[in-house]
Amino acid sequence: MLNPYLPYPVRIDEITTETEDKNLKTFKFVFLNKEDEEKFAYKAGQFAELSVTGKGEIPIGIASSPTEKGFVKFTVNKVGLVSSYLHTMKVGDIMGIRGPLGNWYPWDTLKGKNIVIIGGGFAFTTLRSSIIYMLDPANRPNFGDIHVIYGARSPGMLLYRDELAAWEARDDIHMHITVDATDDPDWKYNVGFVPTVTDQKAPPGDTDTYAIICGPPIMIKFTQPVLDQRGYGHDRIIMSLENRMKCGIGMCGRCNVGKEFVCKDGPVFTLAQLNTMPKEY
Amino acid sequence: MKIYRIEKENWASAVQSLHAAYQLFGPVEDGGFHNFKNLEAGDVPDLNFGNTRLSAKALVHPQSQLMFEYSLDENEKDHHVLKEIDGSNAKRAVVGIRPCDADAFLLVKRNFDSPEYKDPFWLNAYEATTFIGLACDAPCPTCFCTTAGSGPFSETGLDALLMDAGDHYLAKSITEKGEAFLTAGGFTPDTDADETVDGMRTAAEEKIASKVSTDQLANKVTTELYDAPFWEDVAFSCINCGTCTYLCPTCWCFDIQDENFGKSGVRMRNWDSCMFPLFSLHGSGHNPRGQKVQRVRQRFMHKLKYYVDKYNSGIQCVGCGRCIRHCPVNIDIRNVCGLMNSFGEAAAACEVK
Repeated sequence: MLNPYLPYPVRIDEITTETEDKNLKTFKFVFLNKEDEEKFAYKAGQFAELSVTGKGEIPIGIASSPTEKGFVKFTVNKVGLVSSYLHTMKVGDIMGIRGPLGNWYPWDTLKGKNIVIIGGGFAFTTLRSSIIYMLDPANRPNFGDIHVIYGARSPGMLLYRDELAAWEARDDIHMHITVDATDDPDWKYNVGFVPTVTDQKAPPGDTDTYAIICGPPIMIKFTQPVLDQRGYGHDRIIMSLENRMKCGIGMCGRCNVGKEFVCKDGPVFTLAQLNTMPKEY
Repeated sequence: MKIYRIEKENWASAVQSLHAAYQLFGPVEDGGFHNFKNLEAGDVPDLNFGNTRLSAKALVHPQSQLMFEYSLDENEKDHHVLKEIDGSNAKRAVVGIRPCDADAFLLVKRNFDSPEYKDPFWLNAYEATTFIGLACDAPCPTCFCTTAGSGPFSETGLDALLMDAGDHYLAKSITEKGEAFLTAGGFTPDTDADETVDGMRTAAEEKIASKVSTDQLANKVTTELYDAPFWEDVAFSCINCGTCTYLCPTCWCFDIQDENFGKSGVRMRNWDSCMFPLFSLHGSGHNPRGQKVQRVRQRFMHKLKYYVDKYNSGIQCVGCGRCIRHCPVNIDIRNVCGLMNSFGEAAAACEVK
């Protein structure tokens, strides 16, 4: 019997500090056993349990894209016991990854559709995965217009800044980067909260247009009315939840929202689904 | 299948021959109440009890269980790589489990044996075990098994069922595992006992006076039940002690922790409880069930609504009554079930269809 609790051993290959407050680092992992990488076949939107031996596990969205081979990437906020210890670890250290876990953004449904990605703060990780996936030359023809609205408190708090700049330069993706405020005279993008920018920049929500939203609750709370107003049906608003998790496979009992486990039945739900569930997240 | 019998005077020697074939677990009195213990050679299960204080769940889902081991010593090969611990179970038998507690294993199995994932720890222990039930003929006033999908003579989840017939035990074999157990114990076939058993079952079922109604739970709208006004009242006296979840045969929630001893350690899992705020506390400090009323509601909604909807089945409760008997503030799942099952009825009666 395959043990679903046993992580694949990995080595930390690269660590990047992403934000000016140094609380967010991206870890690039390489599987110790090459065949484990194939077993870890994942889709954009899924997560995994990062297993720091001797400390425990944390559920983190996969930031790399299935189209990127040879490694997996996770961006981790320094919050608790495991993530704080992980932030002290070095390139070459051995740990584990368990997954991929949960469902993914509904790529079959999204085929041929216009996509609006709306992200805030450090909840941009599986959105990065999705953007890289969609921009892959083999996949780009499968999607219509792609818009990305991404906001952070300040320019230095944006994740993946080099990639954001590269996407800005492309003509097959419409980037709308914004910050809450900045005193940087060279800032050439938007200033304003995500809901405002969504109102100004998001295309109308016709039946061929889907929104994928990830961000802090306050951002989601104020963005949703904007999407309603712009005509996005609730079955075309896709969200990713998080709750405290341990097992990641629907067994330990803590991450449920109603009868659904965020870890196994989610983390991706449409707003139409969430409307039928208790707001326990 | 077949009915067997054994004289009570031969019971102790039967158990001794079973010791040779099985690792035996049975009820033992300790400190004024009975609990399941691993029986040593010479030990005989004490079948003179109402029900065990703790449910039998720990036999398959131990309160603390090692999952993996590891070394943190960088000089060692495979340091920081988790290794499986040999968790194989001997052929084992539980003798004297009440039918409600055996039923509970089947409800819990849905969680650990899902189409997508199999929990090897739970399933290995479950599959290695032969369950020999002990029919109830003197139920407690808090027992409501007959309306919770079980019963004092329920055979679900059992391999054989023992019945106390005065100077002898009757035993019904239910599965091949049960048949093998009874054969190993030297039980002899009793072809005339069918009617006796039927009579005993009917008499026992009639003694269960306490009932719950669950027929409307599946029809309720989750969000409406969630927002029902009675949760504050239900939760008011709760002190979140967790006794209910600890004793419950169908509560399975667990935590996973790493424990280090110098440069080595183990990953282990421990029972956890939805009654505790830490259970659902996010790293950010946000807690979706930070208030007592939210946790109490979660326990009842899980057992009586979410489970019903998720598995299109009965409730996640077998009516053993432990949570009622031992709740320090007298919260009674039967009352809560009634509130939930009848919620909105008055309004619905006035609705024009």
